[in-house]
Amino acid sequence: MGYIELMDISKSYNKQRNVLNGIDLQIEKGEFFVLVGPSGSGKSTLLRMIAGLEEISGGTLKISEKIVNHLPPKDRNLSMVFQNYALYPHLTVEQNILFGLNAQKVDREIQQKRLEETAQMMGLNELLKRKPRELSGGQRQRVALARAVVSEAPLCLMDEPLSNLDAKLRANMRIEIRRLQKRLGLTMVYVTHDQVEAMTMGDRIMVLNDGIIQQVGEPIDLYNKPSNLFVATFIGSPKMNLGKAILEDSNLIIENVLTIPFEHLEMPKNLKSRNLVIGIRAEHMPYGDENQQVQNVEIVNVEHLGNETLISFEVGTELWTAKWLGQWLIQVGDKVPVHISVENMCFFDEDTGNLIQEATFTHKQEVVRR
Amino acid sequence: MTMPLSKKIVFYSLLIISALAVFAPALMAFVMSFMDNKDIMTGSLPKSLSFDNYLKAFEQFPLLKYLFNSLIVSVVITIGQLILSSLAAYAFVFLEFKGRDILFFLFIATMMVPFEASIIPNFHIIRDLNWIDQYPGLTVPFFATAFGTFLLRQNFKQIPKELREASQIVGMGDFKFYLKVVLPVAKTSLVTLGAYGFLTSWNMYLWPLLSTTNDTVRTVQIGLKQLQTQEQLNDWGVIMSGAIIVIIPTLILLFLGQKQLQKGLTEGAIK
Ligand SMILES: Nc1ncnc2c1ncn2[C@@H]1O[C@H](COP(=O)(O)OP(=O)(O)O)[C@@H](O)[C@H]1O
Ligand SMILES: [Mg+2]
Repeated sequence: MGYIELMDISKSYNKQRNVLNGIDLQIEKGEFFVLVGPSGSGKSTLLRMIAGLEEISGGTLKISEKIVNHLPPKDRNLSMVFQNYALYPHLTVEQNILFGLNAQKVDREIQQKRLEETAQMMGLNELLKRKPRELSGGQRQRVALARAVVSEAPLCLMDEPLSNLDAKLRANMRIEIRRLQKRLGLTMVYVTHDQVEAMTMGDRIMVLNDGIIQQVGEPIDLYNKPSNLFVATFIGSPKMNLGKAILEDSNLIIENVLTIPFEHLEMPKNLKSRNLVIGIRAEHMPYGDENQQVQNVEIVNVEHLGNETLISFEVGTELWTAKWLGQWLIQVGDKVPVHISVENMCFFDEDTGNLIQEATFTHKQEVVRR
Repeated sequence: MTMPLSKKIVFYSLLIISALAVFAPALMAFVMSFMDNKDIMTGSLPKSLSFDNYLKAFEQFPLLKYLFNSLIVSVVITIGQLILSSLAAYAFVFLEFKGRDILFFLFIATMMVPFEASIIPNFHIIRDLNWIDQYPGLTVPFFATAFGTFLLRQNFKQIPKELREASQIVGMGDFKFYLKVVLPVAKTSLVTLGAYGFLTSWNMYLWPLLSTTNDTVRTVQIGLKQLQTQEQLNDWGVIMSGAIIVIIPTLILLFLGQKQLQKGLTEGAIK
């Protein structure tokens, strides 16, 4: 039994086209759950339905095992942080934080006590008398968080709370929100379009596209076992390299240009005689040394990230990117050997886009468990 | 902007001349209000200036009473307009109901009906309610204004929907949200509408003339007219002094309103 249960939830604004379709989902108590997807995929709509701000067109929504489809927002015992923070411009920081408690007629003394605690926790003590317009973006964000914290609601909903901040501040706030959630034991439903945010913050992630759930799972699972091409390209940066492929004899022919032998690996039966799309992560195409099977490719772009180097090359019509550790002083136009191995590839069905077989390497290496 | 000096001089002299032309009647009235009747009639330059006309205006006519009536009527209309238009605008922006937009356009369409066209039905209603010669008769017909609702709706639309949603989550009802958030946030446009409403009602002429029969509730604009017709030979000095007194509140309000407006505008600019 989840804390929040969505059963076959759907939503349409105009009764013609569904914005959300057949959403089945369980969110556990104390979990940091991230909804991620491109813009327009219906993330906000879903979040707002959980909040009670949007009517549910079909299906059942339960919170704490109670059906809440028609419960007004105030009775759902939750707090919400908006992308634009929704601070009241005419009120001071203090009044903003206490706005909700005032509306709920919480006792004055309790209000003051909670205000002090929250201001302390969020480092807002010096700013309490200021108006929102006298604050920086990061400070406003903090006030918005404080408003959620002070309500002491067990469930917190956030809709792209970090997208108005600059990159550095965003990285800080990611950690801060995450720590806050763990410390207060909040159940968090967090909406973002940024897969990095999703990967770094979520206990579990749901990938949404066009109103349909693509995959739900832990960040690592989404990365290693993307259940379809959409998730494969959406999660991870640089994105997973894709190429059309077919099996011929004991070779894999990618985009009609790369021929990769299966070597000692057994060729899985379910891959035979069908159109495939293979996917391989950038970090799984290292510089090839002599005793390895290599492909010689011509470099079309080099990006230096400091500790890593991104090398792009063409494979048929696709542009692939490999990530090599360290600093490689190579030029555009150089030919370099790249080790591309079948065991690092995920196989997808070209027609449906669904995963047929995940990469086999994960079972052997890289995943460190303690 | 850079402009050759010669061009600047031409522009500014033209501006000054047209400003004088526009302002000339008011200026003349101002000067005439201090002159005695003989000088005015002969059209000569004033030999002496005095406050006699002002004293006469207050002595001969119940000018204070008129001013007081005007004040009451204008203030009541202004408040009524602010309350009704802000409530209507709130509904058009924050409440969702079927046919809201169509209703709004119908509402706006009434802006195209001039007040003169509805004067007769309005008069009938006032008469049937026995509101002739009463403050309600002078004020109530002006409470509902499409223009005010339109102005405030445009302004309320600037308020992010998220503010309402945040208040819904903490369980705040519509009316409280209207009082505690919408009105304070839209303060500037409320002041604008208030100033506009006050000035229009202060300068109202036709309706007070129709809906009053005696001096008890008559407004100052009608009073002015009476200054003119009570004697065979018009005492222009007195009339002009009356006119000057009447425009003083307007001027004060304009100056104050302007300041407030500028403050509000710059406040909105720094987000
Ligand atoms: N109030 C609304 N009326 C009609 N369509 C809407 C409304 N809100 C959102 N939509 C549509 O629903 C879809 C999903 O929107 P949204 O949930 O905001 O996406 P996301 O938050 O993932 O960017 C979009 O196609 C959008 O145009
Ligand atoms: Mg959104």
